[in-house]
Order: sequence, then structure tokens, then C-alpha cells
Amino acid sequence: MTDDQEIVPIEALSDNTTLPPHRSQGQEIWLQFRQHKGAMFGGFILAFITLAVLFGSLIWQVDPGKLDIRSKDWRPIYTLIWNGDVKAGWAHPFGTDQLGRDGLANMLAGGRTSLAVGWAAMLLSLFLGAGIGVLAGYFKKLDGPLMRMTDLFLSLPVLPLLLVAVTLFRQPLRANFGPEGGMFILIVGVIGITSWMHTARIVRGDVLALKEREFVLAARSAGTTSKGIITRHLLPNVISPIVVSATFGLATAIITESSLSFLGVGFPSDFPTWGKMLADAVPRMQEFPERVMLPGVAISLTVLAVNYLGDGLRDALDPRIRGR
Amino acid sequence: MKVKTLLLGAAASFVMAPAAMAERGSDGHVNVIYWQAPSILNPYLSGGTKDIEASSLIIEPLARYDDKGALVPYIAAEVPTVANGGVSEDLTSITWKIKEGLLWSDGTAVTANDAKFTADYCMHPEGGCAQASFFDGVESVEVVDDLTLKITFDQPKPNPYGPLVGGQSPVIQAAQFANCMGAKAPECTEANFAPIGTAGFKVDEFKPNDVISLSANPNYRDPAKPAFATMTLKGGGDATASARAVFETGEMDYAWNLQLAPDVIAKFEEGGKGKAIAGFGPLVERLEMNMTDPSPDLPEGERATVAHPHPFLSDIKVREALSIAIDRDLLVEVGYGTAGKPTCDLVPAPDNFAAKNDFCLTQDMDRAKALLDEAGWTDSDGDGVRDKDGKKLSILYQTSTNAVRQDFQALIKQWWEEIGVEVELRNVDSSVFFGGDPGSPDTFQKFYADVEMYANTFNGTDPQQYLAAYKCGNEPRPASQWQGENINRFCDPAYDALIDELGRTGDIAKRGEIAIKMNNMLTKESHTIVGLVHRGRVSGQSNTLGGHILNVWDSELWDAAEWYRIK
Repeated sequence: MTDDQEIVPIEALSDNTTLPPHRSQGQEIWLQFRQHKGAMFGGFILAFITLAVLFGSLIWQVDPGKLDIRSKDWRPIYTLIWNGDVKAGWAHPFGTDQLGRDGLANMLAGGRTSLAVGWAAMLLSLFLGAGIGVLAGYFKKLDGPLMRMTDLFLSLPVLPLLLVAVTLFRQPLRANFGPEGGMFILIVGVIGITSWMHTARIVRGDVLALKEREFVLAARSAGTTSKGIITRHLLPNVISPIVVSATFGLATAIITESSLSFLGVGFPSDFPTWGKMLADAVPRMQEFPERVMLPGVAISLTVLAVNYLGDGLRDALDPRIRGR
Repeated sequence: MKVKTLLLGAAASFVMAPAAMAERGSDGHVNVIYWQAPSILNPYLSGGTKDIEASSLIIEPLARYDDKGALVPYIAAEVPTVANGGVSEDLTSITWKIKEGLLWSDGTAVTANDAKFTADYCMHPEGGCAQASFFDGVESVEVVDDLTLKITFDQPKPNPYGPLVGGQSPVIQAAQFANCMGAKAPECTEANFAPIGTAGFKVDEFKPNDVISLSANPNYRDPAKPAFATMTLKGGGDATASARAVFETGEMDYAWNLQLAPDVIAKFEEGGKGKAIAGFGPLVERLEMNMTDPSPDLPEGERATVAHPHPFLSDIKVREALSIAIDRDLLVEVGYGTAGKPTCDLVPAPDNFAAKNDFCLTQDMDRAKALLDEAGWTDSDGDGVRDKDGKKLSILYQTSTNAVRQDFQALIKQWWEEIGVEVELRNVDSSVFFGGDPGSPDTFQKFYADVEMYANTFNGTDPQQYLAAYKCGNEPRPASQWQGENINRFCDPAYDALIDELGRTGDIAKRGEIAIKMNNMLTKESHTIVGLVHRGRVSGQSNTLGGHILNVWDSELWDAAEWYRIK
């Protein structure tokens, strides 16, 4: 019969080559992320700016608040390329303002505030948004009230709200945390509680779809508690929209802080932020365009970098796009 | 010869033509920008400069101050004096004669009754009149005949030109405001937004806090004026934008109060469409020292009131040290250029009232430090900030939001930190800071700070009312709805006695002496008010706008009826 016949596997089903080594999910994401040139570039710029504002003041040890009226109105170093007579030099590579404050030191100090506000407000809104989104999506009873609350917050205009909050809460916060600390908490708080709504909506939508899937049903039939389902099965699956909206939140927070400082509410006038530098430079915009350009470019670069980073992360975190 | 004469004649007639042809409304439209927008056109219901000046386009006083500070008659036929019999020998009454044939813009005649009505309107006890101080000491106002008004004072008034004189107290029409007396005054929106007046223009449309459309008053007393048929007074924006609109784009013909750094104005002027004009009145940018404790630990209602004296600013040595640590020449250079002069005084002009102190003009850091040491403020814990009995010398220094003021704050902060004083800066939006809202913690009247900086001035050439503000009991406090002009909460019985003496003194030289003494009590001898810069009024005028003379003693728009277009 067929006893002596050797069992030959079907040609198509055999492994002709060795399997590629197994890669963890993290490696997969990293590989995909590296494909996105814009995201790589954005990540690099963001890392550079963050490191610069964090540690730059260790290298460039000039006090940003120090006035030196004798060397006021210096131009940035690059103006020497086309104009040799201009007041510029390596003592102040980014020039000085009308009171002789060093431009570079101010950019570094201002960036620290702007980025700190951005990160803190982003984390706060992330936490709120993800929490509310998951709760609303998973628990049917909470869905209505939480989503109506989201609508309510969506209709709150941020700037007038901040102006009111500044008037109401500045005194107690200043008494407890000092003028800068109090204002930081206030601005981060208000930006945070007015920017979580989009995250919440996206997360709720995803959770609504996910909780009807078979693996969630299986987990539930195996007796997993709601807490377990949320932390073990739902959150890992909605991590990609959360991360993406977080990056956009960072950009929005930086811009909101800048516009607040531009309007002259917020931090004390001797406390530099990018937005305030921009505002202070406007009257002398034509004579000293760099004073508007440098903080403006810094804001734009950071926001753009963060947006590209978010774009790349979305691609990398989505298993359906990954590997294509 | 004959031809030459003819030609000359023809040429002359061409030259004369514009003057001969000048008629009302021949020059079209003029645009004025006020970066603080007027919100009402009744100066009796608003203390704001913007409102008073905008209303001066429409309503006029009996007499006002010209650019040299001299009184000129407007509604009145002449300025009454003791010499011409208008002011009684004992200085207790003044009799005004109104110009004959003067009409309101609606065509009715101006009578003494209107003037009496205006006085009654402002002196109404329920009215809350913003210019009530102009009617101080008025015992009665009588209409002698249709064109004669007699104002009697309760005591001799050496300066009887208070009521109905100057841009702040113009004459309003009795017929229009008849139903707006007392508590009903703010309800008469139509009248408050479009008063009927005797000045060059009348209101066509008024949008509060935005724009006023005006047209030439058809019944103006000079049939050839105003040369402009219509005017737009645009409000809002900021000083930078309004400077641009006059100097660079030429959209606007006149911009008010350009408080910008000198290099910024100079740069704008290169735009070539206009020029900056400046004049020196008594405007002084100053630091006000809070004599009461603004600590937030105190309960609301006691904070920044005379119940609690300031923990360290009540010490004169600390105040003097803070004053002489300031380099005023540098402040002027950075902030005002030729439109400012360093000063130590509260009243820097006119000449016979100016003390011309120079005790503060040289910065003296060593003396400032020595003064603080003397007062017992030393840096005992080595953190760079002086302290005494566990209390730190830490100052909250507030002002309104304005680029020049923030530069001043930064500079002064640096100097104060050099002498071991910790400084925290705060800037408040000007509409809030000067808004006078008793509910806001950020007004300059509430003064919830240790030191604040702003500028103030007085209208006319006599500082009596201005100096009388620093009377005991005139301070803003909860009981007065936080209204009051004694911002520092200064109180000295000797000063109050001088206020009374000034009110009784008629001799101009003697008045000057008393005023200088009072000025010195506030500045040189107590450093309660620390003068920084004697500021000029700087405005922007288009090169095509003629007929304007900057007036620092009265409303800037005082001569709008004389304006014309240079062609």
C-alpha cells in the first residue's frame, strides 16, 4: 500500500527559509516608526529643544533677567554676515533686548516655562480625557452624564475662562506657591481641564466598539472584573488614539500659554516665556525682526515637531498599518 | 507793469483762495483714534480721560484753558475777573455772561438756565457726579437774566474758575437732560450717548467702547467752521497700532496718547505720513508707596485700610532708600526720550507752583544701603534679602500693562534688588487697573500691593484740587466703595491745615509757596509719592492735518473746530 511511501510535505507549506527572529511589539513599533521620516525628524527636534531648555542654562550661564543697559539692542550673531558694522558678537549670540537682557538666556528660560506648561497640561488632560472616555464608553449609565459634561466643557471658551480664573484664584495660589508657581498651577490647571474633551470622545468611541468584541466577551465570561477588563484589555487597545491626541494636546497647550502671555495675563512680566518674548518684541518688530522671529520659530518648530511625532506614532501603533 | 500787477493779483487771489473759500464742511472727513475707547459722552458720569476728551468735541464749558494755560471764553462772552467786575471784591461770587445768539446744535438758544441746570445736575445729592469736586463750595447758582449766571460760594474763592470751566465740566442742555436728574442720570442712555452741544461737532451715531460718528454742528457760532464735514472717532487697539495708523499707513489723522518708547516712535515717524507732537503739562509718572498693610492674610475689608499701617513702608528711611536707588535719567532715556524729564515732584508745572526739587536726581546706592542699615534692615540670614524681626523686605510692585511701564518695572526691580530688597512684579490690564470696579482686587484704588506706578495730572493751571486729594479720610476704603483719591492713604493734620490755607489764599505768589510746601511734604519730606518722570503729552498728527495746537491744560480735542486739511 502506501506504507513505504515517504510523507512529503506539500511544497507550498514547507519552510524553505529560516523564519526571521521573533520581534517584540516594541521593536515592531520602533521599526515602523523609523520608516516615518517626518516623525524621526520631529522627535529629534523635540528632544533637542527639550534637552536645550533643560540643560542649556548649565552651558550658557547668563542670568536671563540681568539688565545691562550699556549693551542693549545687540543684533544676533548672524547679522554680521551681511553687515560688519552692526552691534553683535559672541557675548550675546541671539542679541539683546531694549534693556540689554541676553536673548539666548531668555530663549532657554522661556522655553523651559513654555515646555513645562505644555507637558504638564498635556499629562493632566490626558489623564482626564482617557479616564472619562473609558468610563463613559464602558459603563452605560455614566455615558449620558459624562458625555453631556464633555459637551459642556467643549463650549467653554478658554481665554475668558482663564481671565476669570486669574482674578479669582491668583491670590490664594500666590500665597501658597509663590507668584510663579501659583501662576504655573493656574495656567496648567485651566488648560488641562479645558482640553481633555477630544481625547475623551475618541477614547469613548473606541471603547464602545471594543467592548462588544469577542475577546472582551470571553474575558467577561471567564469572570474578569470590570477593572480587570479595563486595565488589561481595553486600555492597551486604545493606547494609540490616546498617545496621538496627547501629542496634539502638547502643541495646543504651548500655543495657549503663548497667547496668554502675549495678551499680558499670566506670568509676572519679568518671567520669560516664548509667548511673552513675542509680545514684548512686537513694537520693535521692524527694527529687530529677530526678537519676534526667534521665539516665534521656536514655538512653531516645537509644535510642528510634536505634530509629526504624533503622526508617526499613530502609524507605528496601528497594527493594521504596521509592516506595510 | 500793468500785466505784472494783474499777474500778481491773480497769483495773490490763488494764494488767498483757500482762506476765502474756507467754508463749513469743505474739507471732507477726518479720522481720530483713541486706543482707549470712549464708553459714554457725558463727563459728569465718567472720570475717564477718554470719555471727557471725546465729549469735548460736542459740548463746551463756559471757558477753558488754552495751550498756554490761560483761560479763554467759550460759551461765555468773556472771562470774569475782579478787574472787569465779574468776580466780586470779596471773592465770594462770580458772574458769567453768555455769548449772545449762541445756539445748541438743535437750533435752540443757549441760556443761563442751561448752565444753572448743569450745576444742579452735578450737585444733585443722588447723582454720583464724577466731577463733583468742581462744584465744591458752591452755595447757590442763580439765573440773573437769560444770559447772566451768578455763582455764589460759601467762602472766598481765590480761584473761582471751578464750576463749568475746563473740559471736565461742560454745559449740557437743560431741555435734553431735564428728566435725568439724580439717580436717573445713568438711565438716560440717549442723552448720555448723544448730548446736544455747542461745539464744532454733533453725534450721528455712538457705539460705546467702539466708534463715534460725528458731523459738523450746523449751528456752530463761526459759520466758516468746522472745516471738516464729518469725523470718525475710533476707539480701541493699543498705542502701537494707533501710532502705525497715523505715521505709517495714514489711515488716521490724529492719535491720542502715544505712550511708546522714544526709539519706537522715531522708527514709526520714518513712515513719513505724520509727526509726533509733545507738550509738557503737569503729568507725572510716579511711584506710590502704600502706607497701609496690603497683606492677603488680613481679612477683606481691613486689608489695605488705615486700620493696619504698612509693616515697613511706614518707615520713612525705607521709602527714601527706595527713592534714591532709582536712576531717573536712565528711566527717561529708556522710556520717554525728549518727551520726559526726571523729576522728584508731584507738581512739576506750571512754573510758579513747581518745587523743582533735585534731592533724588542722582542715584545713590551707598546712601540707600546705609539708610536701610540705619533703619535696622540687614541681611541676617544671608539670602540676599534684608530682614528685620523675621520679616523680609519684600515688595509687590504693580502697574498697568504697557511696554514702557514693564521696562521701568524691570529696571527698578534690578536697582532695588541691588540694595537687598526682594521685588515681585505684577502688571494688570489698564482697563481693569484704572477701571475703578469695587469688585476687582486689581484696581489702583484698592492698592493690594506695596508699591504701584502710574501717571496722573490735573486740568487747568491750579493744583489746589489735585493737592487736596491727599486729605486724611479721602482714601479709598470699603465704606466709600473703594473710591477716593488719596491713593497712598497719606494722613497728616499739618497737611490738612495747609489745604485749608491754600483755599483761603488769593495772592498768586503766596499760593505758589503753599503749594510747594505741600508738594514737599508729600515728596521730599516723606517720600510718600516718589516722582519719576515729568511726562509730556505725546500724540500723533498727520502731516495733512492743520490747525491743531497740542493743549496740555485741557482736552486734547479742544480745537477740533479749527482743524482743516492741508492740501
